[in-house]
Amino acid sequence: MYRYDEIDRSILEDRSAEFRRQVERRLSGELTEDQFKPLRLMNGLYLQLHAYMLRVAIPYGVLSAAQLRRLAQIARTYDKGYGHFTTRTNIQFHWIKLRDAPDIMDALAKDDLHAIQTSGNCIRNTTADPYAGAIADEADDPRVWSEAIRQWSTRHPEFSFLPRKFKMAVTATPQDRTAARMHDIGLQLRRGREGELGFEVIVGGGLGRTPYVGPTIREFLPARHLLSYLTAILRVFNRAGRRDNAYKARIKILVASLGREEFARQVEAEWDQIDKARVDLPADELARIRGAFSTAAFETLPPASERLEAARRADGDLDRFVRNNLGPHKVAGYAIVNVSLKAPDAVPGDCSADQMDVIADLAERFGHDEIRVTHEQNLVLPNVKLDDVPEVFAALDAAGLATPNIGLAGDIIACPGLDYCALANARAIPIAQAIGRRFADPELAEKIGELKIKISGCINACGHHHVGHIGILGVDKKGEEFYQLTLGGSGAEDASLGDVLGPAVAYAEVAPAIERLIGAFLEHRQDGERFLDTYRRVGLAPFKAAAYATAD
Amino acid sequence: MPRLIKLNDGRPQWADDDFVSLEDGEPSPMLGFGSASGVILSLARFQSEREAWFACGREVGVRLEPDEAVEDIADDLSRLALVALAFPKFRDGRAYSAAALLRERYGFKGEIRAVGEVLRDQADFMIRCGFDAYEPADGSTPEDWNRAEHRFRHVYQAAADDLSPAFRERAASPPRRS
Repeated sequence: MYRYDEIDRSILEDRSAEFRRQVERRLSGELTEDQFKPLRLMNGLYLQLHAYMLRVAIPYGVLSAAQLRRLAQIARTYDKGYGHFTTRTNIQFHWIKLRDAPDIMDALAKDDLHAIQTSGNCIRNTTADPYAGAIADEADDPRVWSEAIRQWSTRHPEFSFLPRKFKMAVTATPQDRTAARMHDIGLQLRRGREGELGFEVIVGGGLGRTPYVGPTIREFLPARHLLSYLTAILRVFNRAGRRDNAYKARIKILVASLGREEFARQVEAEWDQIDKARVDLPADELARIRGAFSTAAFETLPPASERLEAARRADGDLDRFVRNNLGPHKVAGYAIVNVSLKAPDAVPGDCSADQMDVIADLAERFGHDEIRVTHEQNLVLPNVKLDDVPEVFAALDAAGLATPNIGLAGDIIACPGLDYCALANARAIPIAQAIGRRFADPELAEKIGELKIKISGCINACGHHHVGHIGILGVDKKGEEFYQLTLGGSGAEDASLGDVLGPAVAYAEVAPAIERLIGAFLEHRQDGERFLDTYRRVGLAPFKAAAYATAD
Repeated sequence: MPRLIKLNDGRPQWADDDFVSLEDGEPSPMLGFGSASGVILSLARFQSEREAWFACGREVGVRLEPDEAVEDIADDLSRLALVALAFPKFRDGRAYSAAALLRERYGFKGEIRAVGEVLRDQADFMIRCGFDAYEPADGSTPEDWNRAEHRFRHVYQAAADDLSPAFRERAASPPRRS
């Protein structure tokens, strides 16, 4: 993976020193909270319901073992012994004291970690395919381009006060694991007819209170021009995006109001005038970045592991884990191992410091020193030898990290909700736990198959409910928590927004209603369909009838 | 009136303001003032009185609000001494694009002045985008601006200033891994 050089590191040190002075000015009373707010937000420090929350960036979701151990140390020393991985593939610490924040920044910087641009109306962390570099059929490695974007967007002088926050995703396979069409910019790497590398550029997707599946504004952008083209998009947005209403300030609103063609025309006109040689990375810098990602030395191994197959026959739990949590690796004899942070009764995305240490050790011993964070709030060991899977499974299992439910009903995305967040209308975590308990039986979960349940505690949609196969949105009805259900959403390559099922249901009724929806699915399912496929085939009616049926 | 800070050979320093801002309704003192003093006009006033002002021999500047496009003054830039770009709120970042376009696209060599809610915490972004004069709204001094300008030793992007982006620095001398 990419390792910081002196230049990268100096920027973290300089930022950390600047932040320490700003906190001193706040603690001494020189700055009021109002004056301090924009400064702390630029460093990922939010004031939440109970305490300060610090959001630490995990650039394009890639961590080394040392970095994960550093996060564990922060969790232990400055928080309550755990952290929360987010749908932006960042990590949040929810119980931070302001006076500790500068020391935390310094500690993070020792392992090349930081909180730069994890909040504010600037370019945020890029989402990349969590299987990047490990999955077959990649047009190219998304990490190379995500690192180029990281550098270009860090403290960009022109684009640090945008109309609203700005998020990008880079993906390179036919299956999209980044929700690219739901980002401000989605970048799909492709090979052209002559094998040349390029991007399909998707702009103006998004969730929140006005969800859009983003349209394509350019079918094929030569890859070397990525940064100049992004400059053109950001400049059009910075100049023309609405600033009168925070809810209409995202680029999706601009793209929708101008129309895809007119927006694309403005971007192309701007791009034509940009001096590309000043902005685009030269070939030698791209080669330097690319080199940092192609160092993993894989052994030549047979495609199947006798050792693993024998262990699977002897241990049903291992067998189930392999079936549900392993993905095929591009190199024979290796696997992508998904680590679920969705044990029944767990808080989705929460990970204790001890668990982080276990995963870091496994990455070091068995996984080429790499860990990935997924936008579905799980972790990944992307490069594990099949022969080593029994040991990895045993260690994960001992740490409560071997829940075999990747992509299944219990693998729920949920925002922090009313338990932590000042914006929320309703709780999200206990809803996830209640549903998780109903589908904790692994045989039932496997029978149901792929099912993406996503829960947001308010219309800001941090839990991505619009693109859940089943989406759950917390609403406030006269001071009581109610939940609106949507069906048929997807954030993947077949992106779509869910349809509202009907009237919102009360807190206690959510899990039973979900159970009845699953019952209706199993009744109408054909040929092992996914929930989403059945819904798309039969429509809303049978699900609606089932969900609102009472017990009588 | 906020005091004026200007870049002098790249260093922020207190400066005398050689320009007066004329409100739209104010009478035109084209002939009544000493010719040393320049004027700053709104875009609307500049567009209706442009030739008279250029003819009177005084230095002419235009103030652009964030929703006014630099393209509207592109043909006049060679005759303009100053463009003032307004920050009605510090969070309104449109003027950064305006300054970048003036310097990088139109090669404007005159003064680009930041007016409005101009804060020291934005100093290095402004300097990088090509602003070279500032009316700070937070009581900050040239020393504050100098500190802000040099807070970061390296940058990642080429901008309107002459700092070399990281990718050029790396090409010039391959950095050591530390």
